[in-house]
Amino acid sequence: MITKTRPGRYGEFGGQYLPETLMPAVAELEAAWLDARADAEFQRELARVLRDWVGRPTPLTDAPRLASAVGLSRVLLKREDLAHTGAHKINSAVGQALLAKRMGKRRIVAETGAGQHGVASAAACALLGLDCVVYMGSVDVRRQQANVFRMKLLGAEVREVDAGSKTLKDAVNEAIRDWVTNVRTTYYLLGSAIGPHPYPAMVRDFQTVIGREAREQCLARLGDLPDVVVACVGGGSNAIGIFSAFIDDANVKLVGVEAGGEGIASGKHAASIVGGSVGVLHGSRTLVLQDEQGQIRETHSVSAGLDYPGVGPEHAALGQSGRVRYVARTDREALDAFALLSRTEGIIPALEPAHAIAELSAIAKDGAAQNVLVCLSGRGDKDLEIVMREGVIR
Amino acid sequence: MTVSTAATGTARIARAFARARDEKRLAMVVYLTVGYPDRAATSGLLRAALDGGADVLELGVPFSDPLADGATVQRASEIALRQGISLAECLAEAATIVRDRDATVLLMGYANPFLQYRGGLNRFASDAAHAGAAGIIVPDLPSEESAEFDAALDSQGLARIDLYAPTTPDERLARLVPHARGFVYCVSLTGVTGARRALGADVAEFVGRVRRHTSLPIAVGFGISAPEHVASLRGVADAVVVGSAALDAVSAAPADRRADALRAFVSSLAAAGRA
Repeated sequence: MITKTRPGRYGEFGGQYLPETLMPAVAELEAAWLDARADAEFQRELARVLRDWVGRPTPLTDAPRLASAVGLSRVLLKREDLAHTGAHKINSAVGQALLAKRMGKRRIVAETGAGQHGVASAAACALLGLDCVVYMGSVDVRRQQANVFRMKLLGAEVREVDAGSKTLKDAVNEAIRDWVTNVRTTYYLLGSAIGPHPYPAMVRDFQTVIGREAREQCLARLGDLPDVVVACVGGGSNAIGIFSAFIDDANVKLVGVEAGGEGIASGKHAASIVGGSVGVLHGSRTLVLQDEQGQIRETHSVSAGLDYPGVGPEHAALGQSGRVRYVARTDREALDAFALLSRTEGIIPALEPAHAIAELSAIAKDGAAQNVLVCLSGRGDKDLEIVMREGVIR
Repeated sequence: MTVSTAATGTARIARAFARARDEKRLAMVVYLTVGYPDRAATSGLLRAALDGGADVLELGVPFSDPLADGATVQRASEIALRQGISLAECLAEAATIVRDRDATVLLMGYANPFLQYRGGLNRFASDAAHAGAAGIIVPDLPSEESAEFDAALDSQGLARIDLYAPTTPDERLARLVPHARGFVYCVSLTGVTGARRALGADVAEFVGRVRRHTSLPIAVGFGISAPEHVASLRGVADAVVVGSAALDAVSAAPADRRADALRAFVSSLAAAGRA
């Protein structure tokens, strides 16, 4: 499906657009990851931690009242919200932390937007006895105070980033600057399937557990594969994790839902595939939101976890090939879906997967789909303040 | 000043370094972000840098996400972008200073603004050559990703200056350095740009490792901010690059004294580069 012209390239996307100082580091990382991947002992340890500490496998939940409300026969929710620390981020965080330890790196740096990846990284570092520094934009620090406290409680140092738009993209810049400076001792624990090779491939690899489990659970529950798989896409790690198990099944439609913010036409959104163009950001050639001069644009989404002006290069390629259909849902639609899932199923989703839930009625109108699998990538506790402010309960 | 004949970019670079070598001194490469502290100041600051003894000018093309830069260049880039400084405008600055002072000019900036240049990389290379620029330095473009840039620049006789770091292993240096053009830029330390109190302890050893693979001049940059840094590189490198410290000198001066302050600062470093 995807032409990999060389490792880390997805058609025209991907690559390693990095300062020279980091080139040996990404080569070392790739070698260490491939080595760990092939090592049965590493895989056993990862599987043990995922089972006993993360709480995998996560359940597949039938959502009949939601299905009926959106006009579908059956909706199945892959419950990443029930993973330890409340989102799928932990799958990759703990995998990479184990890898860092294996590489002899005792100091971890990570970036975070909403704080979910920061919390997951802090927890994984606490588990393994590693030092953890999390970079977070000062705007995000203010809007996600509870997660800042969680990270500190878990022993991490949270460093506020005051540069640029003071959000996720600037936190990534600062984490990379730290990595460049301390590359000999430090592991960069990147949170999404973005950045230079091998991160997109490696993060995908650690997130494929979502798809593997969901596929087996669907086959057991439905006796068949789902007709459609839906996931939200910011950088795209939960989406690539669940899609990966179905990419070769031509009959399974894959839908990625980006953050439409106040609407694509408004320019205030974070939909890099639907509304972006080819560019280079954070070490990767991918689809980005930029102006005519190639300056990265400020983004907007009610969901801090999707508020990023780029997307993983594999998603850019999957969109170009047409294997995955990418759409955008607005803040308003996501907030309505947030309330809908809460009321119909007793599950409060994070605002990120609420974007995926918001796509369900459109899929129903399409008519062809009977069974739809949704990646419920995280839980909504972190978002309650924002949702209260947005007036979802009137 | 005289207008130069149509020397290619790489020839201009060679000429600038040869002059310094003949005078038995380190060549001075001075970086300034175009549009900092404001659009109108750039032209005068570039002249001041030349008057202070700069052999090569690096015109910083501002980018929204300068991940290899420290606080000084980040801030300068933000201020430049707020005024809407574009790559095309940087080329126009280059054309002026080449025309008026026959300067050797490099454009330094991140990959994306070059890639988005209206008309594409080939058009950029042609416009840059027309402006009289000598080449470009792209800190987030390792050799693995440089093929399309090199193809466009080569055809116009422009150099893409490679950067190497203390972390670059010998095997990689042996493979890549022989392909370098113009000069080889050695990053003095593992880290981002910005003035430092002291240079990395392993600079001489690192430059030695690089020199084994090239006869091109070698410049050392990142962290250089004081005459003693420059003096310590005599007999080690062929040139020094100063950027953040030059911007700091500009920032520290009153608005009407900026050009004087920069000239004096560059001049103090240039003096330290003479035997």
